[in-house]
Amino acid sequence: MFSFCSDPAALDGLNWLSCYLTTTKHMQLYYAVATVLLLLAITAPTALAFGFGGAMAARSHLLPVRWFGKSYISVVRGVPDIAFFLFFVIALDQGFEWMRHQVLCPDWDQPVRQGNDFVVCQAAKLPLGSAPQWIHETYGFFLAVLTFAIVFGAFAANVLFGAMRAVPRAQMETAEAYGMTRRQSFWRILVPQMWVYALPGLSNLWMVLIKATPLLFLLGVEDIVYWARELGGTANPRFTEYPHGDWRMWYFLGLMVFYLGITRVSEVFLEKLMRKLSHGQATTGGESQRKAAA
Amino acid sequence: MKKLLLTTAALALTTGFAMADTVRLGTEGAYPPYNFINDKGEVDGFERDLGDELCKRAALTCEWVTNDWDSIIPNLVSGNYDVIIAGMSITDERDEVIDFTQNYTLPDPSAYLATSADVDVKAGVVAAQTGTIQASFVAESGATLVEYATPEETVAAVRNGEADAVLADRAFLAPIADDDAALELLEQMELIGGGVGLGLRESDTELKVTLDAAIQSMKDDGTLNAMIDKWDIGLTF
Repeated sequence: MFSFCSDPAALDGLNWLSCYLTTTKHMQLYYAVATVLLLLAITAPTALAFGFGGAMAARSHLLPVRWFGKSYISVVRGVPDIAFFLFFVIALDQGFEWMRHQVLCPDWDQPVRQGNDFVVCQAAKLPLGSAPQWIHETYGFFLAVLTFAIVFGAFAANVLFGAMRAVPRAQMETAEAYGMTRRQSFWRILVPQMWVYALPGLSNLWMVLIKATPLLFLLGVEDIVYWARELGGTANPRFTEYPHGDWRMWYFLGLMVFYLGITRVSEVFLEKLMRKLSHGQATTGGESQRKAAA
Repeated sequence: MKKLLLTTAALALTTGFAMADTVRLGTEGAYPPYNFINDKGEVDGFERDLGDELCKRAALTCEWVTNDWDSIIPNLVSGNYDVIIAGMSITDERDEVIDFTQNYTLPDPSAYLATSADVDVKAGVVAAQTGTIQASFVAESGATLVEYATPEETVAAVRNGEADAVLADRAFLAPIADDDAALELLEQMELIGGGVGLGLRESDTELKVTLDAAIQSMKDDGTLNAMIDKWDIGLTF
């Protein structure tokens, strides 16, 4: 990085540290921070969409749709995250490859399952075996987003389902009295009012999601916890230009500050949102806002 | 339309040929000198040199991938990479699930690393990495086994007194003992495992033949021995 970094052994103090913290390996740690933030930014809205769909399905008047919604919520919530990430993702990946295999290699005569092995033709591989590493990583990343969205979507669906039922019955009755259809009263009365009941539960989910990212390494995506462990581990002078002892404590301390920072920012933001959502609502929060203004 | 179909078919065929030669090598990247991540963030070590040379000799295009040790076999059999090159000793248990090429190191005696020389490794607490031959050895030796997910943590356990000693490949422990005056290797060694080999899917017989031939040619002309000496892995062939 800097010109004086060519001979790290001769450096000391701040110079050494500035060279150490800018090695390509450390750059990958900073890059992983961006990966984690990007993952959160994509996963949160996707999971919310899954949750909204799930909650709507669970309230449906059609029996099969209602069954689908309810079983999605209860099955996914019941399976441990780590099992979901180990088996479901491999199964999902194999499912994609199996479908491509059926389409792309119709004249393949060997079985797809050979003992423990899962063998599809080269052209059906996802991503292709010849694809550069970044495509593999992007693919892993999107599998991760999808899996996180399914898992957290189920929890969000349960929260939203409860929130939809918490909207005062009187509000819905008024909507009916005005002659609104089911659909109209759902979108115009229920949905705008339910968020204030959903927010405490959703904010919990968001906090849990922030801290669930180490599961990424199970999919081969190197997240910040992986790099903190790798960089903090004892660096033997034979294998690195920057030898040091067991510094994992410092790296994990850094991670703690990072996570606490995100938590703090989220709290401030969620509090503002809560104040905004309570405005004009028939809740204690909304009521106290009205009194304060009056 | 017909032309379009033909071009896609031709494209599919050519990419098919190009792909047949790309082999993805899966490693752990946390077990120096066998494999580790260097300052540049790339896979380095004895197995990096070996893998690159094998791919050159077998005329394969190779790509390096790192994967957690715990899930290194499941990800191989489901096809996320094609070869495990991660200091994995050949054992009967593993051979039931995957296939191995011939060994590229001789059985390396496993050594104990401890804070003092008078540790009783038959009755004390011994650390080992989960899913290794050393872990199953300790489980049967009578000592209390404590398992850790990464090699680094097994050594840390000895440093902070959670374990009396750690059992691992001598080549991994020797540089650590050299660097840290508080730790020393015990005289007692254990001969376990059948040497280290490349792990492959059982259905990948063609690749196994190719890589076996490449390893044999490296054994014959002495380049493998030179690499073993360079990285201080252990006995030579």
